[in-house]
Amino acid sequence: MSAPFMSLYRCCQRSALLVVSRRSLSSSSVSPPPLHTRILLYLTQRFYDVEMLQSWMSLRRWKGVQKRNSFYGYAQQQYGSDIAAAYYILNMKGGFRFVGQSDWFSADRRGKFNWAFMDHKNTPLEEVNMNYTGINYRGLENLEGQKTLRTLSLRGCPEVDDWFLARLHMFQDSLEELDISHCPRITTGGLAALRNLKGLKRLDVSSLPEISSPGVVIILLEEMLPKCDVTANGYDHNLREES
Amino acid sequence: MSTWRGLHVNLRKAHGLFTVSSRHTWKYGHLTLCKSLSTGRALRNDFFKDLEAQLAAARQKALDALPGSGWSPVEMNRGLPPERTDVVIVGGGVIGWSVAYWIKQKEKRRGGVNVVVVEKDPTYSQASTVLSAGGIRQQFSLPENICLSLASAEFMKNINEHLHVLNEDPVDLQFNQSGYLFLANEEVAHIMEENYKTQRTAGAKVSLLSATQLKEKFPWINTEGVALASYGLENEGWFDPWTLLQAFKRKALSMGVVQCLGEVTDFKYTSNIARNAQGDQVAQRRVRSVKVQVSNSLEFQPIECALVVNAAGAFSGTVAAMLGIPLPVEPRKRYIYVVNCPDGPGLDTPFLIDYSGVWFRREGLGGNYIAGTSPEEALEPDTSNLEVDHQFFEEKVWPHLASRVPALEKLKVTSSWAGFYDYNTFDQNGIIGLHPLINNMFFATGFSGHGLQHSPAVGRAVAELIMEGDFTSLNLSNLGFRRILQQEPMLERNIV
Repeated sequence: MSAPFMSLYRCCQRSALLVVSRRSLSSSSVSPPPLHTRILLYLTQRFYDVEMLQSWMSLRRWKGVQKRNSFYGYAQQQYGSDIAAAYYILNMKGGFRFVGQSDWFSADRRGKFNWAFMDHKNTPLEEVNMNYTGINYRGLENLEGQKTLRTLSLRGCPEVDDWFLARLHMFQDSLEELDISHCPRITTGGLAALRNLKGLKRLDVSSLPEISSPGVVIILLEEMLPKCDVTANGYDHNLREES
Repeated sequence: MSTWRGLHVNLRKAHGLFTVSSRHTWKYGHLTLCKSLSTGRALRNDFFKDLEAQLAAARQKALDALPGSGWSPVEMNRGLPPERTDVVIVGGGVIGWSVAYWIKQKEKRRGGVNVVVVEKDPTYSQASTVLSAGGIRQQFSLPENICLSLASAEFMKNINEHLHVLNEDPVDLQFNQSGYLFLANEEVAHIMEENYKTQRTAGAKVSLLSATQLKEKFPWINTEGVALASYGLENEGWFDPWTLLQAFKRKALSMGVVQCLGEVTDFKYTSNIARNAQGDQVAQRRVRSVKVQVSNSLEFQPIECALVVNAAGAFSGTVAAMLGIPLPVEPRKRYIYVVNCPDGPGLDTPFLIDYSGVWFRREGLGGNYIAGTSPEEALEPDTSNLEVDHQFFEEKVWPHLASRVPALEKLKVTSSWAGFYDYNTFDQNGIIGLHPLINNMFFATGFSGHGLQHSPAVGRAVAELIMEGDFTSLNLSNLGFRRILQQEPMLERNIV
């Protein structure tokens, strides 16, 4: 082989080696993020416009949440606050039970629901199940008129935060059961707001990731709500420091 | 010889350009060796190359020195603020940074408005913002103050949509949703009732409690002498002031606000003589530039500017005095004591304010509380330093505290600090807006202890004044400077 070709060959070999070594350095035990995130990340490091795009996207996401939780004023005017609340719950893919009835109305996975609830005008709600929905403090306004609400379940709601808990004082006379387990945004400061719920009999605060010292907090919570049965699973109460 | 040759081959191989057999290497290798040893030609080459680069540099310098470019023959100091800008904000406390953020938020085009924030204390060791108790409440008597608090609470609810910076951690205010509890005796109960009506009309969620209801709700309170209590249900509590300040600062900096560490020592202004309705002559002033003394240095820099925002908090009176304007804002020292009491009230402890003026709130979960009170007008402490008077706690705070909450009788003071209020001696309310006699100085000061909780809404209001010419979201024209010139105080009808 002639000299220049050999040199070219060598060069190629070396660069190939470099590529390989770089790959081996960058790969770690953590599984890489999905492709589109990686592409966005790559682009962010090079262009400011992508930052703009990203912040615009997060703004849009937030606006979407706010829009879904907007006040159902028209429905309330036309059909009364109970039907509006029921309609809101079904739109959020939740479920509920009217006072004095045994069957539940709930939306299926696709968000489809039975419109038969429209027949129950001026019947307040008794139990509401909003597990794994996008309800936030703004959407709670739709439930404001429910003076007989006894059970509210909010398991795993990503938008339920401390401000939401502070607004629960609107059910202070009626609410007996509350489930706020697995809500990722609830902190200790928000749990202090539950003091307004005098009639609470059962409270589930399992697996709240943002609570820093769950042992103390749960004791204080039980002290604050002496008549209430507090369930708190999913915490590691070991005194040992984790290494 | 062979070793020499071998070495040479190795060198060539390491060089990695040619792979020829060793027999040929000698010839070319020898030649190249000679080449690299003879330095004369290379030098000449370098000289010409250098010359070209130098000529290019000289050409660039000449271009830079032409009028219209920012180059100057004197070496620039990097710590100095820019020579000219659009808005100078005096005071980098929470109000100042909030105004900066909102101005940038409202600009039509990115980088459309240049904002410089001048802060004299980069560690915030004496700043009122971080030395405050950090509470937010709606229980005021003036509708303006109630609306300011409601708007600020709304801002804090969505703080991560407002102040989130990309690729940074979200803001965690550590907000405690614990509410405020005001206690009133017989004499002031009617004022509390009136305030309650105003607050409900403005949209605040407040409830009134009788003494029996109070005892039922908070068994640890001694209700002796209490006729009525008002208790906030929503949007009230306390948070970490430092986090809010840093969040505003981080966001504003990310949007292109320039921070400048230094102290404003002088203003350059022009004045026009005008006549008022009575025919008296008044001087109308206009600030042209702000002189900033750089901290830890003898250097200073005049900043030419179009607008000045006076957000210097407790020291805004000094700033206004440089323009010859009397501003009824002065620093007042307030003590905050940290007490420990393991048997004290628990998680449901509100921010309690007694009619004697003593307040206390929970701090963390370990049985710690912070407490304080405002001294009487005649006994205001010296404001030259931030030293704490422990006698004051023994005499003025503890007796009231222990009689109101018997559990706190056996407390232990573990720590204490003092901070400044930007105390408005005229009517203890904020001054927001333009001074009638200075064309381009906006005031956002004199909040007398409510500055931190009103900061998001006040920043927005001042930015509206600057960018849109008028208040658009909240009408705060009653809190303007006019009331001071016309001697019409807007007093809070406080029960304390």
